[in-house]
Amino acid sequence: MTGPGGLQADLERLEAIVRALEQAELALDRALALFEEGVARLRDARGHLAAAELRLTQLRESADGSLDAADLDG
Amino acid sequence: MNLEFPLDLPAAEDRPFSVTEVMEGARQLLQQLPVVWVQGEVSGFKVYGQGQWYFTLKDRAATMSCVVWAEDARRMPARPEDGMTVFARGHLTVFPKRGQLQFTVRQLIPTPEGGFHALQLERARRALERDGLLAPERKRPLPAFPACVGVVTSPEGAAWRDIVAVVARRWPACELMLIGARVQGADAPRELCQALALAARFPRLDVLIVGRGGGSAEDLQAFNDEQVARAVAASPVPTISAVGHETDVTLTDLVADVRAATPSAAAEKAVPDRRAVARQLEAVRRHLTQAAGRRVEVGGMRVRSAAARMGAAVEGRVRDAMHRADTARRGMDAACERRLHGGRALADRLGAALDALSPLRVLERGFAVPRDAAGRVLRRMAAFPAGTPFRLRVVDGEVQARVEEG
Repeated sequence: MTGPGGLQADLERLEAIVRALEQAELALDRALALFEEGVARLRDARGHLAAAELRLTQLRESADGSLDAADLDG
Repeated sequence: MNLEFPLDLPAAEDRPFSVTEVMEGARQLLQQLPVVWVQGEVSGFKVYGQGQWYFTLKDRAATMSCVVWAEDARRMPARPEDGMTVFARGHLTVFPKRGQLQFTVRQLIPTPEGGFHALQLERARRALERDGLLAPERKRPLPAFPACVGVVTSPEGAAWRDIVAVVARRWPACELMLIGARVQGADAPRELCQALALAARFPRLDVLIVGRGGGSAEDLQAFNDEQVARAVAASPVPTISAVGHETDVTLTDLVADVRAATPSAAAEKAVPDRRAVARQLEAVRRHLTQAAGRRVEVGGMRVRSAAARMGAAVEGRVRDAMHRADTARRGMDAACERRLHGGRALADRLGAALDALSPLRVLERGFAVPRDAAGRVLRRMAAFPAGTPFRLRVVDGEVQARVEEG
């Protein structure tokens, strides 16, 4: 699964696909390929929504100055 | 109180006192008076020489000359300004050179209304404004789908619990990161600055909430600290200020990219609602199948007209093609449903609620849409040559704008 950044990309790509499909001069093969891609993108996007439980972390600085995001009990 | 003038009245045959002697006697007499608190309005404030302050305290019927010696002035949290009402603690004396009564102030504190605190706040606000930190054009839009939401607040506070509850309900597909700091008391400003600096160094954050639950004006003081406000302004990612107080606006509210009235409201602004996004995806799915269906329809029509032109020789093959095209069109919707739903009825999850992803909702999240005079949306840099006038649609109206020259 891609990150939620991927969700934004998926939505933008889906819009582009719908716009392309609305153009009549598009070759039929190409239209079907776009449709297939659109369905796959939709499936990914829905995957984001169904995803996992909220992850809670706490940001801390360790003695050597490095940052650490440790899991936090909900 | 038994005050005695330190000089005996002269007998007629004695020499008269000098003016200096009488004024010195008066001074000694006044210094027997106890130290008192006086409430009054400051006027004619001036700073002289080594840093001593002179001003007049007045009320409706009387005025009193006051001095704060430089050494005491340095201990004061801020200079008073004309018009301010203060409590001044000190003692009466005389200023011999002018034969004037003078109040020597050792301590100066604000009255609840219009005191130092309000003054310091206004000074800080002006300083932030001077540095451009309050400018509307600094405000950044919030990310649409944040993967990591930072929260600078107290680990023990209600604010953190409220934010966790809202994000868990709306957008669980993310990481919620606590960056702990005390939010009230003397250490709060320093700890908030440290937490904000820590957050600024962490590369994975997409948006940062800074705040606390409701409290009295005093409880919220740390969020009126100029250094805290500057640390919020310095955040590399967009910020949401959430100080639980509807009436007062704090300095962090002013510098943050977005202000929320409560921590829960901040969480709602920080993340989208997955149900709304599901509705948006459903709309996209409809567009996709409709567009694809129409495209296949056009294909079918072309095949038909080709068939008419080409005649019987190729009729069989054409019929096959037509059949395939029709089947594809009919199958489109069903195939899409099958692939997407995996047995789950989407309709169940889609309420009849308003579409929360309407353009207005997007505008509410801080986005704006530039359009030209004809109403066309301007999407690219090329549409904005210097000097171009355009209109900026924001959530509650439209702003006339112009691209700056060079």
